[in-house]
Amino acid sequence: MQTVGVNLLAFAGITASDGSGFEPPSIAEFFPGPILFAGTPYELNRVNAIGLFMTLVLSVFFVAAFSNMRFVPRGIQNLGEMAVDLVQVNIIDEVLGHKGPRYAVYLTSMFWLLFAFNITGILPLMHVSVTSVIGLPLLLAMVSWVIFNVEGIRANGLGHYLKTNLFPPGVPAPIYLLVTPIEFISTFILRPVTLTIRLLANMISGHLLLVLFFTATSYFLFDSHGIMKLVAAPAWLMGFAFTLFEVLVAFLQAYIFTLLTAVYIDGATSAEH
Amino acid sequence: MQILAEINGNLNAIGYGLAAIGPGIGIGVLVGKALEGIARQPEATGVLRTNMFLGIAFTEALALIGLVAGFLFT
Repeated sequence: MQTVGVNLLAFAGITASDGSGFEPPSIAEFFPGPILFAGTPYELNRVNAIGLFMTLVLSVFFVAAFSNMRFVPRGIQNLGEMAVDLVQVNIIDEVLGHKGPRYAVYLTSMFWLLFAFNITGILPLMHVSVTSVIGLPLLLAMVSWVIFNVEGIRANGLGHYLKTNLFPPGVPAPIYLLVTPIEFISTFILRPVTLTIRLLANMISGHLLLVLFFTATSYFLFDSHGIMKLVAAPAWLMGFAFTLFEVLVAFLQAYIFTLLTAVYIDGATSAEH
Repeated sequence: MQILAEINGNLNAIGYGLAAIGPGIGIGVLVGKALEGIARQPEATGVLRTNMFLGIAFTEALALIGLVAGFLFT
């Protein structure tokens, strides 16, 4: 009994030597083997395939919703309008105001793309988020970076844009030695990096938590003995609770990514000082 | 020598635990203050909520970098 208790404390450290023990999830979860075109540059694994599938689902949904628009919406057009309205009211109007329409298409499609790619982490048969490998978050963060910089330069001119970003007014001249490098790093380097890592790390940790709880359920139910089998129940309950939590995280991360992009665009394009 | 208890595992977990303290406190303060503001002035809920999520996004980035660091510096 004593050894069992100690094992419970440190069960994340137990390695599966004979294949029947507990195997903690690792980062290898996100790099499954190829399923199509193995050996070519177009190699597809499960994660990429899910990404293509969700892109298709999203495209079909929006084309179906808006290909035959009526003044009084019916059927799927209602859903499509709710989807667009959600981003329009909560992000675009709130942050960008009258500058909104110019960026509405990008922000709306980015929000729903991110949501579709995040939610696959808990959808049956898929169970991995497309955004839990770095490619997609990094790509979207870089696109957002290019957009807010280009729009800032277009609105203010290159010189004025750099001046407001790198030389904030109201600072004594010698302090610029300190302030300008910090502003440069935080605006032009850390913004896309934190956008990427925020989304990526949320999705990675969510997936690892779910795998951990459900493999623990299976381990305690089938491979442990006696009273330890009862531990399977709380492990499963935690897995279930975190599945619900992941729905919230999928939505919230899509929201935050889009909101931050909108805030960056707003900050870059507003004529200040 | 008899070993009474043994814990094997990874120091990264402790590092992540340390990294989570600051953002945990930060998010607690931030959401608490936002709720206080909403309770005092319910008509400002929209603006407060948006800014609360912004603040949460910046604060939790630290905890998430702690998580990523555990995988990077093995």
